[in-house]
Amino acid sequence: MKVSMWGVRGSIPSPGPRSVRYGGNTTCIEVRSDDDSLIILDAGTGIFPLAQTLLAKLPVTAHVFITHTHWDHIQGLPFFVPLYIPGNKVRIHGAYDIVSMQGIEQIMNVQLQYSYFPIREAELKAGIEYQTLTVGEPVIIGDATVTPVLMNHPVTDLGYRVECNGKSMFFTGDHEPWVNIYAPEDPEHAEYQAMIDQRQAELDAAIGPVDLLVADAAYTLAEYPPKIGWGHGTFDSTIQMAQRIGAKRLICTHHEPTRCDDDLEKVFAEAINRHPEPGCEVMLAREGLELAL
Amino acid sequence: MSHLTPELERKLMTAVERMPAFPKSVQAVLELTRNINCLPKNLVGVIEKDPVMTVKILRVINSAYYSLPNKITSVGQSVVYLGINTIKNLALSFAAVGILPRFNTSGFDIQRYLLHSLTVAAVSRILCEKYARTETDPTDCYIAGLLHDFGKVVFAQFMAGEFLQALAIAADLDKPLYVAEQEVIGADHAYVGALLAKKWQFAEPLVNCIRDHHNETAEASAMMDCLRMADILCRKHAFGDAGNPWREEGLAHMPQRFGTDIAVVIAALGDLQKIVEDAQSFAQIGTGK
Repeated sequence: MKVSMWGVRGSIPSPGPRSVRYGGNTTCIEVRSDDDSLIILDAGTGIFPLAQTLLAKLPVTAHVFITHTHWDHIQGLPFFVPLYIPGNKVRIHGAYDIVSMQGIEQIMNVQLQYSYFPIREAELKAGIEYQTLTVGEPVIIGDATVTPVLMNHPVTDLGYRVECNGKSMFFTGDHEPWVNIYAPEDPEHAEYQAMIDQRQAELDAAIGPVDLLVADAAYTLAEYPPKIGWGHGTFDSTIQMAQRIGAKRLICTHHEPTRCDDDLEKVFAEAINRHPEPGCEVMLAREGLELAL
Repeated sequence: MSHLTPELERKLMTAVERMPAFPKSVQAVLELTRNINCLPKNLVGVIEKDPVMTVKILRVINSAYYSLPNKITSVGQSVVYLGINTIKNLALSFAAVGILPRFNTSGFDIQRYLLHSLTVAAVSRILCEKYARTETDPTDCYIAGLLHDFGKVVFAQFMAGEFLQALAIAADLDKPLYVAEQEVIGADHAYVGALLAKKWQFAEPLVNCIRDHHNETAEASAMMDCLRMADILCRKHAFGDAGNPWREEGLAHMPQRFGTDIAVVIAALGDLQKIVEDAQSFAQIGTGK
């Protein structure tokens, strides 16, 4: 299995000289299984440069898994060029949206509305299929298995565990560790904390030990307090997650869009200093990073 | 026993999706959500007092797509699983449906229904903490209390003519309301409430509590005991009656775990005044009614 990072930025694309080393595209990860099945985790703007590499070998069969439908994870989808070429097959997987009560089938329809994009979904030439996922129910892609796991973010968000011939990786999508909504002096505090602890244990068990964990580490500890509830983790919470589940390697991603490369390396080094023995190899996500598992 | 046709069952299932919530919670949700920094606990505090909003949230979170390892039985748990932003937007969508009128053509008073549901819920939770803490969960007992009569508000909203007749028979002939419902509708509110709860995949103990709360021969459980005792206490003290006034023979149905002296149980509960005042305030019923 091979994992390639095409977009590592959170929230909004951040191109320019300040982000040239780590990259400014929003989330997109390419996973190639041992039999070369193509799994794409999220369709942020990073999917556009990925698409360019796919055109050399047609037809394309792509299995896109959307963690959640916030813009930075779907923004590149209308620019995924294989969608426009007859003979290609694109299968888009994602969550059921509990508020709109619709499955992932609505994603393109919403994005390609007349006022916002000149091409209608009906005009896309590739064979497009949608699959709304059930949490915990694995999907077989060639010789790989992809299992959706419910995460914590201000919309339904699925993390994905990808397994292939004994190797495994997990991508959190966006994820914030749970925070108790009650103050310690509130009578409901203890009961809510017990529910959080149970939920945390369930999540850790669902992710399980992995060779590679790619996780949302948007903030530093100092930045986090005013951003509680925004749905993102810190470098520290991400390292702790890797330790709990027994990850062999951790890639911190979803870089804060205002953070320049130098600052990113600085805050990362500070986090590593706070966790001198993380128990696994920890690195920053950057565009172009490729790992063979 | 039920004489509901499959068509009627389907009609009730889909009708509840469009059912408006209670005035105070709709108003509170709209007010709270105007502030982007509204405290999640305040929003939860509102939703968990509204049987319609609670039912709708439990219905969506227990749906097959989430395939959760355990059934979700409380609004707080739903927040842990779905996040407060999703719960907030769900609550807004419920609020957008409108509000239940205090009286509809059935003449059923939803304010008194809500007062009864809220006080039974709160008392049921305290009873669990005092008498059954090791056997069942106080929050589950609260939800059982809040939803035990949900079938009545469904009847009032969607079978108003039949329910009007049942209410009249119960009052005129001094019959328990559920007996009158069985005669007129072919099924009582307990059956219909449980039917809906089961279709929505609510936790089995909750479904059983809703179904059997008037059935003295049903298998007892700690949750059922707390619910029944709370119902007895609240009706005896006129904390709302949901169309089913107190009868002295009700004392004969006190579950064994509470002994034989209702005064002892009442003393053990402590001061219920705050619970009643909170419930009255939320149900918009003036103090002293």
